[in-house]
Amino acid sequence: MKLLKLVPDHTNIDFMRWRNLALILSLIATVTSLGFTAYRGLNLGIDFIGGQVVRVEFAEPVHIDELRARVDQLGVGEASIQALGNQQTYQVRLPKPQGPETASNAVVSKLRTAIPQAYPGARVDAGESVSGKVSEELAQNSAIAIALAMLGIAIYIWFRFEWQFGVGALLTLGHDIAMTLGFFAFTRLQVDLNVVAAFLTIVGYSLNDTVVIYDRIREDLRKYRKMAILPLLNLSLNETLARTVVTSLTVLIALGILMLIGPQVIFGLAIAIFLGVLIGTYSSIYISAPVLVWLGVQPDSFLKSDEKDEAEPQPA
Amino acid sequence: MLEFPKWKVWLIGLVIAAGVLLSIPSLIAGTPYASAWPKWMPQYKVNLGLDLAGGSHLLLEADQQDALKQRLQAKEDEVATELRRDPRIDIGDISTAGGRLSFMVRNPTQVDAAVERLRRLSQPVQLTGNRDWDVQVVDSTRIVLTPSAVGTTQALKDAMGVARDVVRRRIDPGGTKEITVITEGGNRILVEVPGVEDPEELKKLIGQTARLEFKLVDMSADPQQVQQGRAPPGSQVLPMADGTGFIAVKRRVMVSGDQLTDASQSFDQDGRPDINIKFNTTGARRFGRATQENVNKPFAIILDDKVLSAPNINEPILGGNAQIAGSFTVQSAHDLAVSLASGKLPVKLNVIEERTVSAELGQDSIHKGAIASIVSVLCVIVFMLVTYGRFGVYADIALVVNAFLILGIMAMFNATLTLPGIAGFILTIGAAVDANVLINERIREEIRRGRRLLDAVETGYREAFRAIFDANVTHVISAGIMAYFGSGPVRGFAVVLLIGVLTSVFTAVYFTRMLVALWIRRERPRELHI
Repeated sequence: MKLLKLVPDHTNIDFMRWRNLALILSLIATVTSLGFTAYRGLNLGIDFIGGQVVRVEFAEPVHIDELRARVDQLGVGEASIQALGNQQTYQVRLPKPQGPETASNAVVSKLRTAIPQAYPGARVDAGESVSGKVSEELAQNSAIAIALAMLGIAIYIWFRFEWQFGVGALLTLGHDIAMTLGFFAFTRLQVDLNVVAAFLTIVGYSLNDTVVIYDRIREDLRKYRKMAILPLLNLSLNETLARTVVTSLTVLIALGILMLIGPQVIFGLAIAIFLGVLIGTYSSIYISAPVLVWLGVQPDSFLKSDEKDEAEPQPA
Repeated sequence: MLEFPKWKVWLIGLVIAAGVLLSIPSLIAGTPYASAWPKWMPQYKVNLGLDLAGGSHLLLEADQQDALKQRLQAKEDEVATELRRDPRIDIGDISTAGGRLSFMVRNPTQVDAAVERLRRLSQPVQLTGNRDWDVQVVDSTRIVLTPSAVGTTQALKDAMGVARDVVRRRIDPGGTKEITVITEGGNRILVEVPGVEDPEELKKLIGQTARLEFKLVDMSADPQQVQQGRAPPGSQVLPMADGTGFIAVKRRVMVSGDQLTDASQSFDQDGRPDINIKFNTTGARRFGRATQENVNKPFAIILDDKVLSAPNINEPILGGNAQIAGSFTVQSAHDLAVSLASGKLPVKLNVIEERTVSAELGQDSIHKGAIASIVSVLCVIVFMLVTYGRFGVYADIALVVNAFLILGIMAMFNATLTLPGIAGFILTIGAAVDANVLINERIREEIRRGRRLLDAVETGYREAFRAIFDANVTHVISAGIMAYFGSGPVRGFAVVLLIGVLTSVFTAVYFTRMLVALWIRRERPRELHI
């Protein structure tokens, strides 16, 4: 059987030749992405701004305008109604009402009873109601968690490698998160708790590639002490390229299937990680590695921490 | 590389067998095969999260102001009861303004005695050296009781503990359902009830403070003044529960619902639903004496500061049993009986977060999640196979074993599988093979460099391990933080990721290494097709 080789043997792509262009483009993309997110804002779910959501499944297709008119009659506030896939499943979202924290629950109850009355056979599949207080805490906790995860991983890499690598990892992460945020701002996909979980996963997984490449760079730095830094980075990137491609592809296949045929509720989570892996693959090559050049990593960078003689013996 | 002692093979085999056995009950749960699983086999099962099983999740927050108010009221009753005892000390001008209890001692010579008796009432707060109430004398005849900070904190903590138990008893009087009721963060209670799709019932049940009191009706009050909300000194105006106006009652509590041992729904002579209550010994004595002393006067039955009814005392009620009439339906009488029997809530609870998922949607999620998982596994298996041939088969076996191990470990710890957890599972499938990709690519590389087969395989495993380790630590950090900060479903996702990372190192590194070693030893291949 002939085995599939996505990356042919002896591939030698001069990645570093485009490093400045790539860095500038990445920088522009990151800034644009952040700026766009700040300008347009994210479509935050009730997890983060409070409010109520009811998910209804109807026995027969219902027109969205008709449903909107019905909900408006209830006088529960400005409803935003979204079809989930077909005309039989809708998500009705309502702002959190003025007044005491307990008032929000009355609204969901109202919808719960009113909808099945108006549409026989309709079923309220899920109802959520989050008060302003809880949503503030959730938003705050999510931000802290993402920041802590980024920092924790950067520190770990600093300990395992050198400080330049830690900085490189942090910049890579910042880029990946910024781009994914921009995507969510652009598509208006709803950001809920699941998406935050996705962001944390991206923090872990986008670094997967980076760590593997860094590990190889470290190994090559020890092995080829005389080699200039740019050719060495190219060598390391090419050596790990096959692995980068195969692994990314595997994860993308698994996530793509989840996105296409998985439960609708976790679509946001799946697409965020899918995107994060894609962006992470790019950034591990074009951000993680060139940053090392900028920060002045040299072949002797690892000799400070390791005794010269103790450098791992590598057969020629 | 080839030295793979028998005991290691057995150990790895044992771990895998355990994983498979442990995961089977979860896999066959809900299918007809479930009953065929022998009783002597492991019965551990993965818990399904509410988003998969369907049910209601409520987050309740204590109204601290209300708790403090209730505590102050209780103190007022306690003080009044204490000072009425022999030798009686008359007090007046009682006020609870500003969160403090203050009153005047009518006879100035009794001030010291009163302070002495009140100090004895206050309790030391454990280990802090402080007492729960500070007793002071102001303006020589006025006594002020101020709750101390530590006392208040302790009281709130105690109240939350009681509230949690009360909530549990109300939702599940029989104590048989698999519900979660836990306190969170000092002033919150998390309630998770599988199977309940309409949280309204639940909220009604939980929301009743169910503070039951019996007070005498103040007959001296001018009805017109009462309707305007003014009551004579020592009395208060309360609304009727059915909305028919107001009534003046004496402030003093004859008997309170604390003294109940049981409450149940029943019917009166005319077949209308009412509630049968039973007092404990103290309650029965107090109730008996109060009714004895007030024959032919009306008394008010008060629930949460609303008057249910104000019947006349026709004769002393001595047995400790009583019926509460009101305009009840069978359901509302039953609910109230449950609330009364479970005790009153020491603090008002507000619902600040509510999530409900129907069983149908949960089932649908499980169904779609399972299909997506299976398709993902199959695709990845095929991809590995065409990429690495024999070594791909090993990676695939490891993948399947990994799936069982994740499920088995989750079952063993009774962990909760949530919908994002399924996503975590699929993600782990994709990522678990990463270790094998790293190893296999390294072996390819070493072979290209001209190493001999055995040497290449050995170097591949050794060199790849470092990267595998570092990469997995980054997962553990992010998943760990997620598990710590995340709530409910997100935590479920993190748990699956964490377990998946750990098991994947075992299956992808140690287990495949064993497979490779056994193969090389058996076949003595001269060339590696990778």
